[in-house]
Amino acid sequence: MYAKDGENYFVVDSHIHFWDGTPANQRNRYGEGFTNCFYDYHKNLSPEEYLWSPEKFAAYTEQDLVRDLFEEGHVDVGIFQPTYLTDFYINGFNTTERNGAVAERHPGRLIANGAFDPRDGEGGLEAFDRQAARWNLKGVKLYTAEWKGESKGYKLTDPWCYRYLERCEQLGIRNIHIHKGPTIYPLNRDAFDVADVDDVATAFPDLNFIIEHVGLPRLEDFCWIATQEPNVYGGLSVAMPFIHTRPRYFAQIIGELLYWLDENRLTFSSDYAIWHPKWLVEKFVDFQIPEDMQAEYGVLTTDVKKKILGLNAARLYDLEVPASVTASMNGGSRVAGAVPA
Amino acid sequence: MTAAAGVRPGAVREAVWRALGAVRDPELDEPITDLGFVHELSVHATEQGGPDSGVRVRLRLPTYFCAPNFAYLMVADAHDAVQELAGVVEVDVALEDHFAAEEINAGVAADAGFAGSFPGQATAELDELRRTFRQKAHLACLDRVYRHLVEQGWKIDCLAEVRLRDVPESAGRSGLLRRRRDVGLSTDPDALLVVDEQGRPVPSAEVARRLRFAKAVRVSVEGNSAFCRGLLTTRYGAGTGETGPAGEERERP
Repeated sequence: MYAKDGENYFVVDSHIHFWDGTPANQRNRYGEGFTNCFYDYHKNLSPEEYLWSPEKFAAYTEQDLVRDLFEEGHVDVGIFQPTYLTDFYINGFNTTERNGAVAERHPGRLIANGAFDPRDGEGGLEAFDRQAARWNLKGVKLYTAEWKGESKGYKLTDPWCYRYLERCEQLGIRNIHIHKGPTIYPLNRDAFDVADVDDVATAFPDLNFIIEHVGLPRLEDFCWIATQEPNVYGGLSVAMPFIHTRPRYFAQIIGELLYWLDENRLTFSSDYAIWHPKWLVEKFVDFQIPEDMQAEYGVLTTDVKKKILGLNAARLYDLEVPASVTASMNGGSRVAGAVPA
Repeated sequence: MTAAAGVRPGAVREAVWRALGAVRDPELDEPITDLGFVHELSVHATEQGGPDSGVRVRLRLPTYFCAPNFAYLMVADAHDAVQELAGVVEVDVALEDHFAAEEINAGVAADAGFAGSFPGQATAELDELRRTFRQKAHLACLDRVYRHLVEQGWKIDCLAEVRLRDVPESAGRSGLLRRRRDVGLSTDPDALLVVDEQGRPVPSAEVARRLRFAKAVRVSVEGNSAFCRGLLTTRYGAGTGETGPAGEERERP
């Protein structure tokens, strides 16, 4: 738990990874390109004192992760979002199994989410059932730009995707994290388009759709959909680190999100190990909308920060929140909905 | 006729640079020359056209995985822009360091179109994609013009009635007219400022919402632009690309 100025913050980092991006695991030039691309994200937006070498970035250890998240990074609970990329990496980039093995060694602190790929069809459904049972899944992460042989991606509205989402409903897997990427079928469409989220959010009102990176680079389309669909959430990974390099832009993003959505549907995440949660958490707690922008966007209250940093994700994942975090809030623990059923 | 006849040294290169300056990143709505995407530009003699009649351009993007459809549009547009120049007989435009560079470069050189460059993976050309992003560019620009009006004391409730003639001359206004032309909207002085995608009036009760969305589009596009610039610098280092002639005036985005 993070404490500052007499306030306690329960921190859920809702998008973390334990990947293997090493050359030994890279299947081809795409794997190499993917690791390099992630590293450039890390290098471009991290404060200098948090920069790693490319070698460490590709192969950090479980000890690094535990120290960075829990000992230094103020994180109470971390949620692994798998990214398989088996067309790029021999053993996958960060699979449910790889993440889950770490999660099992740190019970109560780490959650391993699963994944499905609608292109796996009928056989994939059975494998998904087994995965759900093995890891007691509460959430899945879908990467619609995932390559699979000749296919360069899929849409959430593809018929088989509906079958898998129905299975999620049956299995009680309520949190569907969506990450859009640069490719899709057909390639002439905008791969980052989030219009298909609108359709599935309407079709599956009991599922929560958490759009990672708040739809970036299509923030406006994400906002337009989320304002109409109460079960659509925004994951703040990739948006968060602008707080350091471009705080005024960060203020605009947060301002837009709070205008179009509300403070109960945004979740903090670092995208570890792309960015270290320590500086993100500390800067966010200290952050305020610049004075000359407050007429436009208002201010960020302590309650809003608490919700974004952890209480909203705690609600989605039924996590118990210490009373000391919610006691001082307007509406107390009711606001957070944090008392587990 | 050859490009060299009576032409001062460097003139062809400058003409190519200006032509490339008309090629925009469709997502970011900025010239590829301003974004640093032109890595190399050189002119050379060819047997057929004489001195300065061959042009070689190398383009680069902020990441290895930038979306292939937008990448294709920039390479194809750059190729077309250079080819149209008088006296240029040989054009070699290629994208570097990109996962789909091979398909894109071969497709553009062979004039194969996007679907022809990615057989089995595309169902159409990129006209619809381009149109979608021109609409976004128009909305972002509308917000810039609107903010300018608000600064001058305009109130939102009369905006449904504002016509282009009412908007004072400014860089934003010229930019708006150009983007209206790009999406086929009227630039007649009597045309309404706030219109929907088809150019129809927006009811006054919905104008505020339309402008609020235009603002979200502007925040998004400008943010993406800054992020892409940052990633390009991270990837290649500062000051590594081609730049235009010294003192050249740049158009405001």
